[in-house]
Amino acid sequence: MSENKIEIRGMNLHYGDFHALHDIDLDIKSNEITAFIGPSGCGKSTLLRSLNRMNDLVEGCRITGDIRLDGEDIYHDCDVNLLRKRVGMVFQKPNPFPMSIYDNIAYGPRTHGVKSRVQLDEIVERSLRGAAIWEETKDCLKKSALSMSGGQQQRICIARALAAEPEVLLMDEPTSALDPISTSKIEDLVLELKKDYTIVMVTHNMQQATRVSDTTAFFLLGEIVEVGDTEQLFSMPKDKRTEDYITGRFG
Amino acid sequence: MRNRFDTQLVELNNELIAMGALCENTIASAVKSLLTGDAKLAASAIRIDQEIDRKEREIESMCLKLLLQQQPVASDLRLISAVLKMITDIERIGDQASDIAEIVTYLSGACSHNEHIEQMAQATIKMVTDSLDAFVRRDLTLAWSVIEYDDVVDDLFAQCKQDLIADIAKNPEEGERVLDILMIAKYLERIGDHATNIAEWVEFSITGAHKSAHD
Repeated sequence: MSENKIEIRGMNLHYGDFHALHDIDLDIKSNEITAFIGPSGCGKSTLLRSLNRMNDLVEGCRITGDIRLDGEDIYHDCDVNLLRKRVGMVFQKPNPFPMSIYDNIAYGPRTHGVKSRVQLDEIVERSLRGAAIWEETKDCLKKSALSMSGGQQQRICIARALAAEPEVLLMDEPTSALDPISTSKIEDLVLELKKDYTIVMVTHNMQQATRVSDTTAFFLLGEIVEVGDTEQLFSMPKDKRTEDYITGRFG
Repeated sequence: MRNRFDTQLVELNNELIAMGALCENTIASAVKSLLTGDAKLAASAIRIDQEIDRKEREIESMCLKLLLQQQPVASDLRLISAVLKMITDIERIGDQASDIAEIVTYLSGACSHNEHIEQMAQATIKMVTDSLDAFVRRDLTLAWSVIEYDDVVDDLFAQCKQDLIADIAKNPEEGERVLDILMIAKYLERIGDHATNIAEWVEFSITGAHKSAHD
């Protein structure tokens, strides 16, 4: 039984008057892939963004309750820059910076004060290898990241996240803008990455959740309706609302 | 999207019910031919079995198409996989009924004097009918009762065997006929096993677990 990397207890989130997340209790286990599923607007991306305090910038956003990373309260005991170094994020649409592949990856480490060329070279190679894109980019590191295909751009973004040596990777629909082959490469990569990282992934693709995740949480109207072992949840869901959603009866 | 899927699932359900009805017909014909020695009924059982084989292929291809197109989960996945497994058992029941009918065609006269084989035939018909009813009505209790009832058929088979041993001791020249009847009893006993399998798949499609409550 792996231990909890993140523990969420009695968490509520409001956007102004709108109560977006209700009494969330959730454990995210170390070196596991946790999938968040649910219809649009159910709060899954909101919760994902709360895990590295990306909602801090949203005006009127108010969070109560506890989110702990390795037991530390991320809203009170934690420096937000350090938190975002520990909890990286990959977005739905690949968003490389308009600069070379090399500079994309080196951007984070440089911001954190790494100046040595040798050290940066080493981080860039390790990160690109980690994101399974080294072979495709090693001879064109000076090329603009924007000139790569969508699937390659997404892996560059994953490499950029890895360069900060995070412990947790948040992925918000990381393959929804990609073709099936790029999707399958990212899925293989995610399964590889879970050896070293804890991964939380929002996905609208049920088959993807069944293929890659260990645990699945089903969200509806800002609540977690059901959370459990992925295979169990997709073969014998306990809650009728989960059954109705995953079998396509609503949503 | 879901409307089309629901229609397809209803069709699948109906096709399985139709296959089940054919299966009931073939056993009824085979058993009646066994008890009356009616060769016409035996021929009809063999003919229906061929229809069952065709139905199995049709339903199998429907299931594979649904798996491919709909990538079912939860109750849909359990239903489709249960149907895919159940049709194999229904098809085997058809084969065994047809085997009984074939033996009847060269067995001289009826074997209605054998009380236990008649009881066995009725008991297996009941198991098959109940297992299919349990599927149609999604009736877990009925499925369990089928699984339990298999013991009755097994006991009757043992009694049947004793009868036949006594028969052969009394009339050694009847050896071949007795062996044929023993084969029939064995086929009936196997039909009971297949009905049990069907009931177990019904249980799986409802509960998601395969372990019968009686294990």
